[in-house]
Amino acid sequence: MSEQALKSQLDELIKKQAVSQLKPSDRYAIEAQPMPEQDPVARRSSVTEVAQGYTELQARLEAMRCLQCKNPLCIKGCPVAIPIRDFIAHIANGQYQAALAVIKQASLLPAVCGRVCPQEEQCQLECVIGRKYKDPMKAVSIGRLERFVADWADGSDAAETPDVGPATGKKVAVVGAGPGGIVVAADARRAGHDVTLFEAFHKPGGVLVYGIPEFRLPKAIVQKEVDVLTRMGVKIVTNFVVGRTRTISQLMQEDGFDAVYIGVGAGLPRFMGIEGESLVGVYSANEYLTRANLMKAYDFGQGSDTPIAQSKHVAVIGGGNVAMDSARTAVRLGAEKVYLVYRRTEKEMPARLEEVHHAKQEGIEFRLLQSPQRILGNEEFRVEAIECLQYELGEPDDSGRRRPVAIRGSEFQLPVDTVIMAIGNTANPLIRQTTPEIAFNKWGNIEVDDQCKTSMDGVYAGGDIVLGAATVILAMGQGRIAAKAINEYLGCPD
Amino acid sequence: MSHKIVQKTQLADKVFSAVIEAPLIAQARQPGQFVIVGITNDYSERIPLTIAGTDPVQGTIQLIWQALGKSTCEMADLQEGDTIENIVGPLGQPTHIKQFGTVVCIGGGIGNAPLLPIATALKEAGNTVISILGARTRDLLILEDKFAAISDELIVTTDDGSYKRQGLVTEPLREVCTRHPKPDQAYVIGPAIMMKFCCDVTKELDVPIEASLNTIMVDGTGMCGGCRVEVGGQTKFVCVDGPEFDGHLVDFDMMMKRQIAYKKQEHEAMEAYKDHQCRIGLNP
Repeated sequence: MSEQALKSQLDELIKKQAVSQLKPSDRYAIEAQPMPEQDPVARRSSVTEVAQGYTELQARLEAMRCLQCKNPLCIKGCPVAIPIRDFIAHIANGQYQAALAVIKQASLLPAVCGRVCPQEEQCQLECVIGRKYKDPMKAVSIGRLERFVADWADGSDAAETPDVGPATGKKVAVVGAGPGGIVVAADARRAGHDVTLFEAFHKPGGVLVYGIPEFRLPKAIVQKEVDVLTRMGVKIVTNFVVGRTRTISQLMQEDGFDAVYIGVGAGLPRFMGIEGESLVGVYSANEYLTRANLMKAYDFGQGSDTPIAQSKHVAVIGGGNVAMDSARTAVRLGAEKVYLVYRRTEKEMPARLEEVHHAKQEGIEFRLLQSPQRILGNEEFRVEAIECLQYELGEPDDSGRRRPVAIRGSEFQLPVDTVIMAIGNTANPLIRQTTPEIAFNKWGNIEVDDQCKTSMDGVYAGGDIVLGAATVILAMGQGRIAAKAINEYLGCPD
Repeated sequence: MSHKIVQKTQLADKVFSAVIEAPLIAQARQPGQFVIVGITNDYSERIPLTIAGTDPVQGTIQLIWQALGKSTCEMADLQEGDTIENIVGPLGQPTHIKQFGTVVCIGGGIGNAPLLPIATALKEAGNTVISILGARTRDLLILEDKFAAISDELIVTTDDGSYKRQGLVTEPLREVCTRHPKPDQAYVIGPAIMMKFCCDVTKELDVPIEASLNTIMVDGTGMCGGCRVEVGGQTKFVCVDGPEFDGHLVDFDMMMKRQIAYKKQEHEAMEAYKDHQCRIGLNP
């Protein structure tokens, strides 16, 4: 629809609303606003963001689709319980500042969450409109609206620094500057504590900077959120590995920290345990993405000194968001052919629908119901091909998904020079090795109570190190809970 | 936070030593541990370097490296008073130091640098320390006097016979391991090929050996898996499980092939860098 047509449609709706004539049927009649996107061909060679964000007109029209339910179900789907209905009402009225204020009550990083949260499994899954159409993608685009508000604020003076309470004299150490750590640091600082955020890498942001690619989440957005922390007076110490540079006990007993939050994120990458995984050209997704994102390997020789495989044919193993990110990164690094090899069907893929859609648009070939059983190398010890088996779906397994069963004698080879394993991580071993006071479960994850408290007094934990594999928003949700508990523990209830 | 170079010296052809301000690392570091360095900015390559020494009082660490690629040349081009942008550590498991009895420490090339603190700690733990140092040629031999000071016996070899005994370290190692009683433990740090042959000798003569591995790394905290090696048929991560492993179980051939994964790109980067500014050889 043309800009002009959108404008007159919006004007019409506003007029009706002004005289309380805007009916649910009018709202249903508004077309779901498509997300403006970079051209699929052009973006194969560009790391700039794919989804470009709603225009103001689009945002208001999309917000008008919201039925403003008396008992909004969407909020129940949100891990941090953003008052979604209310912020959307403000957008519909063109009051973006008010919308931002509503979001910020519950979420500190709307520009990030609006982009990377799996809304179709959370808030949008519950949306009445989506339910009517039996498709969460046709629900009100809550994530895109959240992003719109955050980006709007970024271009105005509205992005202010949260108030910091009077100094309490208490010191809080936050270990890991990922999404969870950022939330804890902000909330603990707001309560007036002296907060230090420790990061093992040379840059804060965690998975937001090393993992999620620039084309999905621009680094500048993360940096702005980190800048807010700095303005609030949070001290950020990079190149600091807790467990190695200092242990948690040292932080508490010698350095005077009264409470600690552990949000160290992903640990050792999983490999399949098949022949050929040590060949040159086999990467964990963690390594591939870190080289590409954090170290900007795509600028090798032009400002970046970190090399990455110059691949022609790439196989990414896995079906989650990390697999999609890896495959789409490989395309941007110049691979001619990228396969996504997944042992179940598209229906069972844990990746977001949007990511699957984007990956396909960019020419990634999905090889479903297939899985490698060995990786073949040449005399130089470099990857030459993967040997796969065909699979079929059998009975459901523990996860409730139908178990893939290999079909005998179905071996075939796929010639590739690079293999990226995107099949998850096991727990980071460092804290466990160096902090005997903390109880871990049999998988190496930290055991916490419902306040995110560990077995060590004053020490809290959240995110991947507790949940195994969390999302950005789940880590933030745990950060919220932990920060509240820390503030209470330190004698300053919110 | 950047780290000031307080002292820099050239030890041999292309081999440099720098004493660098890093108070937290100096305090925490134990023998066998390493750091990851990013020389000039946040997009410099992250390279692992073993710590040669520390001064916890002054808050400094000593790094010794060979200027071979772009990043190590860049580091060699820094002068006293200049800074290194990023240093993280200490990383890896410390060396398991105890009283074994007689220990033979084998160093090759710049491997002597990380070996020295281990040999020193072993001596302090009450061991009889036999050191065997090897270099390609006399000018490349480093830290001989330091080893002389802490060793009960010191054997030096050069490949070309330009100094002390001609030959490879494996020959005196074989002799030492056939003595009665034979050494109780061996440590080796050096080029992968040298470590491989040393481990072959000690395996044959049944002397336990620890080898300190130097692989490609990115994060150094167990997240990326780029440093993986096979030890006894199992995948291990050098950054968190190592850097020291039972030398008789390490698959050195595989490790060597993995070490040269980026040979082509490293060569290109080095050529581009040489064209511009590398002043190696022009230093006093």
